[in-house]
Amino acid sequence: MQAMSEPIHHTAQEPAAALVRRKKRFAFRDIAPYVFISPFFVLFCVFGLFPLLFSMYLSFHRWEPAAGFAAMNWVGLENYWYVIKDDEWFHKSLYNTVWMSIVSGVPQHAVALPLAFFLHRAFGRWRNAVVGIYFLPFITSSVAISLVFSTLFSRDYGVVNASIAQLSQLPVFSWFFPAQNIDWGQPQYTKWMVSFVVFWRYVGWNVVLYLSAIQTIPKDLFEAATMDGAKPVQQFRHVVLPLLRPMIFFAVTLTIIGNLQLFEEPFILTGGTGGIDQAGKTAAMHMYATAFVDGDFGTASSIAWLLFMLIAGVTWLNNRLLGQRKGDAA
Amino acid sequence: MTALAMPLAQARSSRFGPGQLVAYAIVLVGAIIMLAPFYFMFVFATHSDREILSLPPPVWFGNNFIENLKLLLERLPYFWHNLGWSLYVALAVTAANLLLCSLAGYAFAMFEFKYKQQLFVFVMGTMLLPSFVGMIPTALTMSWLGWMNEPKALIVPAACGALGIFMMRQYITSAIPRDLLDAARIDGCSEFGIYFRIVLPLIGPALGTLGLVTFIGSWNNFMGPLIVMRDMEMYTVPLALRALQGTGQTPWGAICAGSSIAVVPLLVIFAMASRRLIEGLTAGAVKA
Repeated sequence: MQAMSEPIHHTAQEPAAALVRRKKRFAFRDIAPYVFISPFFVLFCVFGLFPLLFSMYLSFHRWEPAAGFAAMNWVGLENYWYVIKDDEWFHKSLYNTVWMSIVSGVPQHAVALPLAFFLHRAFGRWRNAVVGIYFLPFITSSVAISLVFSTLFSRDYGVVNASIAQLSQLPVFSWFFPAQNIDWGQPQYTKWMVSFVVFWRYVGWNVVLYLSAIQTIPKDLFEAATMDGAKPVQQFRHVVLPLLRPMIFFAVTLTIIGNLQLFEEPFILTGGTGGIDQAGKTAAMHMYATAFVDGDFGTASSIAWLLFMLIAGVTWLNNRLLGQRKGDAA
Repeated sequence: MTALAMPLAQARSSRFGPGQLVAYAIVLVGAIIMLAPFYFMFVFATHSDREILSLPPPVWFGNNFIENLKLLLERLPYFWHNLGWSLYVALAVTAANLLLCSLAGYAFAMFEFKYKQQLFVFVMGTMLLPSFVGMIPTALTMSWLGWMNEPKALIVPAACGALGIFMMRQYITSAIPRDLLDAARIDGCSEFGIYFRIVLPLIGPALGTLGLVTFIGSWNNFMGPLIVMRDMEMYTVPLALRALQGTGQTPWGAICAGSSIAVVPLLVIFAMASRRLIEGLTAGAVKA
């Protein structure tokens, strides 16, 4: 502050006109950042915020879209109560969603964590290639790949069944794999099929997240642990897992958010219908069908918000369970 | 680099333990599982349906690709249009994102302004909004705007993504010294002039990464076109492929041929820039 006094004294002697001119010249600079960021906010308001608010408004109404706006009737929470109490397909699709979220989600992390640690320790210059192979499914079109998978999972001639039949002839594997062909279209198998495809698609993403977190762990820690005679498994347990806690929390959060809104993979794998007995229909698919097949936009909007609340709730719970220690460490 | 830094003795001992060998085998089997669907997609694309539906299924390339392609065009008469629309939408979305995200990222990186912190947190927060919640009203909005069946219904809403702004802000913060911009200002360069003449030329690598990520995202987009594209002529490729599923006997060979066409550009991009692409796609998660 003391050093500032001299320039201020200096400017005070300048003519007032110069001051005004300088202010004018800097005027655009003051609003420039707002101009630069405005496209995002304009687009978000029109195509992000407005749809959200409108969807909330719709969820409190019964409406025949064909009859125009006049046909919109305020029904309060009726749509919500209907969906919660009486919409059996919603209950079923929610059960399917949670089932597939867990069965596809838990293995993603159970595999990705040790795999990332192993990739970090081994493979040397091949590491990037291996990571790339595991990451590849993530960047490919979910539609194209789900279509290919529905070929691979076909009952009589599918590659998956052929491989299982081969494996079932080996000694140990025969305990796990049936010799006869599995009809993946049957309700008891559909969710396994979808879960496998989801696992296949996203495991590499988690490997990359964990690998990048492991690479930030100082080398000295591993060296010290090695000196103390800690085996790789012990290093994983006592060095990697505790230090990766924030990243695990974050990656699990992303998986929860992503899996609970599962749509494209089950949609394609079950031909858009949810499969026999709707065994593969997720909550998001049910919302889609309620809106665009049944034409009931009000109920569909309430499904969307219920699902949104579920996601927010589970994320919050996960934050309480997994994220809490973060405060302790700080 | 990290591998070179590892002491040789440690590398050697870690390579030949029995447990390590098993681990290598598991990783290898996993890699095969990751690649197998792509392999079979290409193999099936070259076989007739009768060959695909036989035991054992074909494991090597056949010579039926042209026939499959003809069948594909028979079932999807507009497939070349669909491919064109996919490309057009993806390029337009990419161009818009490169411009708008770099502008916004530049503002967040290099300017001080009121509510900057809050606005940035808001931008990041929008990434957490689940896309399905807006699906229904977005469809209605597009029909009110008269944008149904119009490519702009896919381009405009996606023109400036939050992840892109984040990536650009990170890169500009680390790559461009503020003094440089101040010097340009003193020399009388306008604010847009600074952006176009100084900032843009310096952020090439980040633009490249963002461009690839955006292009791929748009190319693979399914939910967007699903709700706004009603005429088959206006479908993008994922939507067109999905239409093969519907009626009558499923043409597996044609599906695999079409899927191959949809996936090959991605594989080419990935082969050329996998490192960059992985970094770009995980930027929001890793650096946040």
